[in-house]
Amino acid sequence: MMNAQLPETGHPLADTVARFVWLLPLLPLLGFVINGALALGAVAKIGPDDPSAGHDHHDAHDHGSGHDDHGHGHGHGHGHGDHHPVRHEYAGIVSLVGPGVLLATFGLAVAMFLAMRGVNMEEPFVLQLFRWMPVGDLKINAAFQLDQLSMVMVLIITGIGSLIHIFSVGYMQDDPGYPRYFAYLNLFVFFMLLLVLGANYPLMFVGWEGVGLCSYLLIGFWFSEEANANAGKKAFIVNRIGDFGFLVAMFMLFANVGTLDYANMAEAAQKLPMGGAVITAICLFFFLGCTGKSAQIPLYVWLPDAMAGPTPVSALIHAATMVTAGVYLIARSSILFSMAPVASLTVALVGGLTALFAATIGLKQWDIKKVLAYSTVSQLGYMFVGVGVGAYTAGVFHLMTHAFFKALLFLGSGSVIFAMHRAYHATHNHDDAQDMRNMGGLKKFMPVTWGLMWIATLAIAGIPPFAGFFSKDEILGTVFARANAGPLSTATLLGVPGHVVLLTVYVIGLASALLTAIYMTRMMMYTFHGPNRTGEAERSHLAEAPWIMTGPLVVLGLLSAFGGWLNLPELLPIGPIGTLEHWLEPVVGVATARMAGSGEHVAVDTEWVLIGVAVAIAVIGMSVAFARLKPAALVQKSASPASEGFAKVLEHKYYVDEFYDDAIVQPVKGISTTVLWKGVDAGIIDGLFVNGSAAFTRALGWMGAQLQTGQVGTYAWVLVIGVLALLGAFTSGR
Amino acid sequence: MNSFLDSIGYNNWILPVLLLLPLAGALVVAALGMAAGKGADRKTPELRRLVLGIFTLEAVLSLGMWWSVNVGSADWQAGFAVPWIPAWGIRFAVGVDGISMTLILLTTLIMPLAVLGGWTSIREKVHSYYALLMVLTTGMLGVFMALDLMLFFVMWELMLVPMYLIIGVWGGQRRLYASLKFFLYTMTGSMLMLVGIIYLGTQAADIAGHPSFAYDQILHNAQLSPAAQLWLFGAFALAFAVKVPMFPFHTWLPDAHVEAPTAGSVILAAIMLKMGTFGFLRYALPLFPSAAMNPTVRALILTLAVVGIVYGALVALVQPDFKKLVAYSSVSHLGFVMLGIFALTPQSVQGALMVNLSHGVSTGALFLMIGMVYERRHTRLIADYGGIAKVMPVFATLLTVVCLSSIGVPGTNGFIGEFLVLIGAFRSQPVYAVIAATAVIFAAAYLLWALQRIIYNPLTKPENERLQDLNWREIGLLIPLIAAIIWMGVYPAPVLEKTSAAANRLITHVHQAGNMAGAGMMGEEIK
Repeated sequence: MMNAQLPETGHPLADTVARFVWLLPLLPLLGFVINGALALGAVAKIGPDDPSAGHDHHDAHDHGSGHDDHGHGHGHGHGHGDHHPVRHEYAGIVSLVGPGVLLATFGLAVAMFLAMRGVNMEEPFVLQLFRWMPVGDLKINAAFQLDQLSMVMVLIITGIGSLIHIFSVGYMQDDPGYPRYFAYLNLFVFFMLLLVLGANYPLMFVGWEGVGLCSYLLIGFWFSEEANANAGKKAFIVNRIGDFGFLVAMFMLFANVGTLDYANMAEAAQKLPMGGAVITAICLFFFLGCTGKSAQIPLYVWLPDAMAGPTPVSALIHAATMVTAGVYLIARSSILFSMAPVASLTVALVGGLTALFAATIGLKQWDIKKVLAYSTVSQLGYMFVGVGVGAYTAGVFHLMTHAFFKALLFLGSGSVIFAMHRAYHATHNHDDAQDMRNMGGLKKFMPVTWGLMWIATLAIAGIPPFAGFFSKDEILGTVFARANAGPLSTATLLGVPGHVVLLTVYVIGLASALLTAIYMTRMMMYTFHGPNRTGEAERSHLAEAPWIMTGPLVVLGLLSAFGGWLNLPELLPIGPIGTLEHWLEPVVGVATARMAGSGEHVAVDTEWVLIGVAVAIAVIGMSVAFARLKPAALVQKSASPASEGFAKVLEHKYYVDEFYDDAIVQPVKGISTTVLWKGVDAGIIDGLFVNGSAAFTRALGWMGAQLQTGQVGTYAWVLVIGVLALLGAFTSGR
Repeated sequence: MNSFLDSIGYNNWILPVLLLLPLAGALVVAALGMAAGKGADRKTPELRRLVLGIFTLEAVLSLGMWWSVNVGSADWQAGFAVPWIPAWGIRFAVGVDGISMTLILLTTLIMPLAVLGGWTSIREKVHSYYALLMVLTTGMLGVFMALDLMLFFVMWELMLVPMYLIIGVWGGQRRLYASLKFFLYTMTGSMLMLVGIIYLGTQAADIAGHPSFAYDQILHNAQLSPAAQLWLFGAFALAFAVKVPMFPFHTWLPDAHVEAPTAGSVILAAIMLKMGTFGFLRYALPLFPSAAMNPTVRALILTLAVVGIVYGALVALVQPDFKKLVAYSSVSHLGFVMLGIFALTPQSVQGALMVNLSHGVSTGALFLMIGMVYERRHTRLIADYGGIAKVMPVFATLLTVVCLSSIGVPGTNGFIGEFLVLIGAFRSQPVYAVIAATAVIFAAAYLLWALQRIIYNPLTKPENERLQDLNWREIGLLIPLIAAIIWMGVYPAPVLEKTSAAANRLITHVHQAGNMAGAGMMGEEIK
């Protein structure tokens, strides 16, 4: 990797720190290697030379000695039960290496960002490393592309990633798998950086599946509980359905366009007719990939289960970074999607429906992480609405602000769970530390977390001037504008005119915003307000988490509050206007213009109305929640009655998991067992043909054996008859 | 490196030496066994060191081919030929190109690991066991090297007997059924091929005046009518299809794998399963191109390949026995190879070769690892395990890596081959390619599910609590395989370059010859 060829000379970044772009993924990879070696080194006990004779040795095996004991359920990482938590023997060096490599990577990324700001850069900076798959006219290189879009993503990944790594030092401190945790987390960042820095689709796919792998490993981190292992496996397999789409899209792209590099995609794609079947299919297959990785209908089902992993993992992977990869993919492929209006409309519609659908489920969840999980699915839907309607900057902007406030919400919930768990641990209570019915009134015990989480809640609800307001408003505003003009409004999706689709998406977006405000307020009220329901004995143990955890929350709080300034609309000139939009212009500008058509802006009056409606909806949602919900009426989880009617349907997430299981999983298993294996393999092929022909041969052999009676007399007669018959045949023939 | 190899005349003697060394080793081992008489098995420690030494020497010697073989050349490399049975025109002729060279290296590198894999588990008739392994090696290498069809057939059959005995003598409970099934299945398949080879040899006599089985002669001079080509293709294809194994000729494989001892399974999967697809590449396609390009024939084979891919994966999903699961996954993987070969584009053919190599590495490693836990627990049933990552963390980590490569996760060798096969096949056979691509979902399902039930979940069975983690021998023998998994996934370009010239020659030849014979190629471009 070191002997990288220099890129085309003359690129303004060629002589800057950017030529070390390969170091960005390499540093976390190094962290993975070190932490992984420590993890394995701590638990490995090399077996005896002759394993089959190994039963004499089992006395030497001190079973259950703490550090190889991964079995901690309850969705958190702290030792519980009978033994007192012990810090891992390598905890010191791991705490240094794990977050250390991330901070170094972030520092390097900032240096590159400053270098990029210093030059005038129209072309992306591509660094060729080595030939990866050179076969015939398929020439895939290992190459990194640093441009404005990948730079933004790198900053988000390493910046938020650093905060979450630091938080994890506190959150995971007593976990016996401490080095393994940081190894996986470092590996995740490596793959995530590969995903956004790769200069072609196959390389993005390496990162794409690599982050999925780390997600799998981290969801099932406490693998001794079957539910966790199941959740990890489900995430991987459901994602693979999406990956199938990604693969087919690449095959079609190569067969029809002849390249998989981003660099000459814009030019090469012009071979394809605008809005034709091929480009539409390519984009739809890519989007199938997005529905897997970014948890959209119909493949969203893995994300809520993914909450089985440690909470910082949920913050980093299942909220801030990995799940937004689909949004990045579409922004990266904006040239292609802007050529396929039907595909773009599909993206927007699916995104909108997902936003609404997930928000309704979020209304009735009791597990604090499940609320946030469905909220994430819903917010990802918003991002897809954005990139679907060609508001690529707005989609990326919402990706960014969401990374701020959702990471804050998840880490905050992590602090809450941490506190709850400590309290339960102190009193040897085994109740559910994540159920909001067991919380309540935590404001008094955790005032900092309470305040910061309210900032994030206002941000996600869309209350100005918090970050989420600006990004969400920009998305909804663009949907409205695209319904009035541009290629999307004139296209049709399954016979429905584009402007009707888009207006529907707009209304759905507003409805989802209303629900978002309601479920978030509900979560805050049940967790922090009203009377405390944790229990008398436990109450005295509830306390704020240590500063190594609260510190990162404060930073995220600031970002959630002021993140909107990164891309202010012209209407609100309270700072620099459209910074992010100008920044991303070289990457998504052409596609955005194409999608906008003639209708770049709606009238200023209309725009004010749209903003007014959006803010009003958010305020109404929060007020409704405040007025209607009665935290005082809640009782502990164990004493709560089961819900009924539609509430029950929501609590069971519309029974979609059950439906998938009945309609797909069980039939596949059943058919494979009874029809294919027992039927075709054992029955027809083996039973009928293979063993059947053997039986047939045996039968022939038996008949032959019957003829061989061993009586010479019989043989003689047969011989004579045979000779006579032959003679007769020959003579009569002549 | 090259000048050193030239100075010792490496290319002149390497192929015969590689063939004779194991054969000589087999004689020595057999003689030692007879000399030691009844108490021979007590000599096991010395013997296995000797055997490992011979296989290691073989591997080291073969490595020079990586540099010495000029893969760009259109001529056979390291060629060696002497008359064998002159009256019938049979010669002992060997030589390699880029394709066979990579498979020979796979063989010589896997063999020492297979020996190490059965290091402590083979306790009876040890001398015979190792002698058979060595004869088997000669047979396998001979198949890849042969440039005379009769020599090829002899080597082809030479593989059969040792493997039959290895399964039948050192195998599991149903070893007799499995070994007989293996023998009869492959034997039946090969008989027609022998008829075909004899036909080709006598046909050459009509042209040259004397019978000849020389590969090049038949390739360039044989005048076969399209009808004759179809019959001959059928005869060869049946033999190869059984060996691949292609659906529906695959049912010998699960039984053979389950009953074979560890080394037998490893060799069967890693090397012998390459024979069928190699046969298609070296014989069935180039010798009978108009038959291979016949639209009906091609559609039939592509269909069976894709059925095998999906069918193998689905049946693997529900296997309770881990060895059987891996056996069915081989049916699926080898389906990819067949799809790649018959899609006949540069990417798909080279992808097929890559799948062959990575299947050899990954599935070889899987069988080695199954053998390791089998030695400890004496069961292959997935349900008997669970949660053993707690007591065997090194095993669990390595098994995860190997499973991921078999699933085809990018960054491992498994991805490169499958990706190239599919992206190449999509160009000429898009429908087949898309159906085959669904296997990425099923592969994740069957392997991750098995992995979960073996190493994850609660550790509930008391027998598993005492399991010992891997020892240094086991870790050491897996490290080269893990290294190959990563290397071929991250930097496969050197391997791909070894096979590209031979693959392109084959594609051009089959397309041209197939077209000349008027079998109706659809005018696919060669890119």
